[in-house]
Amino acid sequence: MSQANPRFSPAALLRGALVPVLAVVLWQILSTSGLINPVVLPSPVAVVERWWAYLLPTEPYDPAQSSWILWALSGEMLFDAWSSLYRVVLGFAVGAGLALPLGLAMGGNPRIYALFDPLMQVLRPIPPIAYIPLAILWFGLGNPPAVFLIAIGAFFPVLMNTIAGVRHVDGIYLRAARNLGAGKLTMFLRVILPAATPYILAGARIGIGTAFIVVIVSEMIAVNSGLGFRILEAREFMWSDKIIAGMFTIGLLGLAIDIGMNRLNNHLLRWHRGLEN
Amino acid sequence: MTPMLKTVADATPAADAAPVQIRIRGVEKTFAVGSQKIVALQDIDLDIRKGEFVCLLGPSGCGKSTLLNAVAGFQPPTKGTVAVDGRTITEPGPDRGMVFQEYALFPWMTVAQNVAFGLEIKGMSKADIAARVEWLLQKLHLQDFRNRFPKDLSGGMRQRVAIARVLALDSPILLMDEPFGALDALTRRTLQDELLRIWEEVGKTILFVTHSIEESIYLADRIVVMTYRPGTIKRDVVVDMPRPRDGSAPEFNRLKRELSQMVMEEQQRFSQDEIRSVTAD
Repeated sequence: MSQANPRFSPAALLRGALVPVLAVVLWQILSTSGLINPVVLPSPVAVVERWWAYLLPTEPYDPAQSSWILWALSGEMLFDAWSSLYRVVLGFAVGAGLALPLGLAMGGNPRIYALFDPLMQVLRPIPPIAYIPLAILWFGLGNPPAVFLIAIGAFFPVLMNTIAGVRHVDGIYLRAARNLGAGKLTMFLRVILPAATPYILAGARIGIGTAFIVVIVSEMIAVNSGLGFRILEAREFMWSDKIIAGMFTIGLLGLAIDIGMNRLNNHLLRWHRGLEN
Repeated sequence: MTPMLKTVADATPAADAAPVQIRIRGVEKTFAVGSQKIVALQDIDLDIRKGEFVCLLGPSGCGKSTLLNAVAGFQPPTKGTVAVDGRTITEPGPDRGMVFQEYALFPWMTVAQNVAFGLEIKGMSKADIAARVEWLLQKLHLQDFRNRFPKDLSGGMRQRVAIARVLALDSPILLMDEPFGALDALTRRTLQDELLRIWEEVGKTILFVTHSIEESIYLADRIVVMTYRPGTIKRDVVVDMPRPRDGSAPEFNRLKRELSQMVMEEQQRFSQDEIRSVTAD
């Protein structure tokens, strides 16, 4: 089956690489021509070199200090990426962990919905970034305000989609389950919840996307580590090559998170009609 | 009108006839559609005996599915009662297993999990469930599909799973709402034969909704023809032919002709209504 995947044929790869390669060549020509100040726009070669240096360990290898693998992973970039990822995952877990039960309750029970919906409608339009001053006032600096902001960013997409998912469960499943004798709890856990998972996971994907935006912003303001902190720090030293190298790393981490979510999605929804492979 | 048709009223029940299992008395069901009041069912009196295979036949909108849903307990009637074994129906229950036209399989469960679901609700032990599911999968030729999800099955296979799922409950009554309506003719015939085989083997009472005249003659002991709005019982016809029934037999065709006439009268009223509702807009 994989022998003739048209996306990865040599011709397709060549076509796909054409525009990026041209863009990089143009960039290199511009920066070597001397027309542009390298502080404003460093050359792609400089960015790659800086990225590589950012990836590699800063200390020379000393067998007495640590194992080889720990040393290889001790570079600044990996530490930053890990810090950012940790905050995203923790903040997302908190936000989604609160949104999921509330969304299930609100979607399943009109009275709970009527109770909570007005508050949610008031809070939902406030961008998570607007909570920054309050987050710092409440939690000071460091991880707590960052996790708080990320949790807020993840909370609303998961909440809204969970409510919608529960409400859109096809009535035929409910009728079939009632006919088979399902009680309230069984109905909820084994019919409504799985039937709503496509919606919930779509919300989780939006939520983790928001969480990733918020982590970069909050690192620029409240924390002294992470990819967001690092590129702002680089600006202080006018290291534009490091800023761009950091941005690439942010992009790569975002891509990795998205691929991970996609895999999880495909596994959890392997029964779903829309996903044929 | 058609003296050769045997109706239930004419037939004197045999002394050893099975007891009445489903008793429908004075059932009326009205819906409000906008400002209009629609009488879906009116004055329905119907007795279905234990072990009987009864088809409800009629055009769209004649209330046959509404009547089935009242027996299932999904939509209680506006007036009148439906009683099963003397107990008035108020809600759905596993004593009346339902097979839906849309299959209504749980897409997130595999074939085996779908069949096991009702048994798990019953609280049966794991080993008993496994044995019963295995037996049903064999019976409906689903052994090789046990770990598939419904999306990977054909319509005919899905309906087999749906039948296995309600058979699992061992309910005395099977309610079937145009179960083979979405299937191609050959698959439909295969499943009709399997249904008859299973019915003869396990002896369930079956109430089967269809708009196919041939299907009703092929399957039923009795065909209840319904009128279009208000839905009433037009005729209650006994099909007195040995099974398997031959669709080309003169007797089969005579019955088909007579039923067609009755159904087409109702179908015409349905079409006129449809045209009226379109021109009224």
